[in-house]
Amino acid sequence: MREELVLRLAAKMMAPFILVFGLYVHFHGDYSPGGGFQAGVILAAAFVMLSLVFGLDAVQRALPLWFVRSCAALGVLVYAGVGFAAMALGANFLGYDALASDPEKGQHLGILLVEAGVVITVFGVMTTAFYVFADRGRRKS
Amino acid sequence: MLAAAGIGLAKLRNLFTVVMLAGVYSLLSAGLFTVMDAVDVAFTEAAVGAGISTVLFLAALVLVGHREKKPVRAPVLPLVVVIVTGAALAWGMIDLPPFGDPDNPVHHHVADHYLQESGHEIGVPNVVTAVLASYRGYDTMGEATVVFTAVVGVLLLLGRGAQGRRTGPEAGTGLSEPEAGEGGP
Repeated sequence: MREELVLRLAAKMMAPFILVFGLYVHFHGDYSPGGGFQAGVILAAAFVMLSLVFGLDAVQRALPLWFVRSCAALGVLVYAGVGFAAMALGANFLGYDALASDPEKGQHLGILLVEAGVVITVFGVMTTAFYVFADRGRRKS
Repeated sequence: MLAAAGIGLAKLRNLFTVVMLAGVYSLLSAGLFTVMDAVDVAFTEAAVGAGISTVLFLAALVLVGHREKKPVRAPVLPLVVVIVTGAALAWGMIDLPPFGDPDNPVHHHVADHYLQESGHEIGVPNVVTAVLASYRGYDTMGEATVVFTAVVGVLLLLGRGAQGRRTGPEAGTGLSEPEAGEGGP
């Protein structure tokens, strides 16, 4: 698909908007439908689209496999880390009330952080899976 | 339309068509969820079911080819099993409370508490987010771990380890270390 000018241009133009929309879905998940899972998938979809149009190598130069693979692990660590941070501050595991001076603020912060963990994991997992499948398919052909 | 897509999924032998039809099926269910006011679920279904998983299926088809093998025997025993199971489920459904009735027990176990108290307990307007990330935060952590474990499996099966590495030292070590870290929580 290297010669398709319209496709390349459209993909290039849409990618930043998809990424911003993914972040919006995460940060606005408290107020509107959406949350970590959806945001992570949308972020991953942007890179999947880019690699479909520009080829796997071009995308992997910007976003290497080791990075997305670490993301998959990092997100779970962030999630559990928030849980342990709450424990260290004297609450139950994942009891967000202790994270800030005011329980409601603590809940807000905690939810945002664990959802960020979910975003990182889902983004990493989806991109890694796509990379691995696409790479294997390319090698076979 | 959902039923037609489902029957088509089971009948067709060209896997490429099946993958596309599965995407259509997901999008239709997303529409159904929206009609039933489950916008969060619809969102997930549209993004994961219709979007990413279609792409992943296509990537898998590149590996396995797109023709399904003809079954060797007529599937009589599976048909019997399916009919018996379906009949048992239908029989069990007779005892279920009426669909959509607000007095059903499932709506009064913890749902009342979530709907009425989450406003000042959590302070988040979207109750779905409050339940997922706070009341049921432990479950969501399990979910994230499940997703992570899935990709560890994918990497072990298809990753570069078996193919001879091209990227250098991190290719081998990256697999085992996150797993070991997972034992903690």
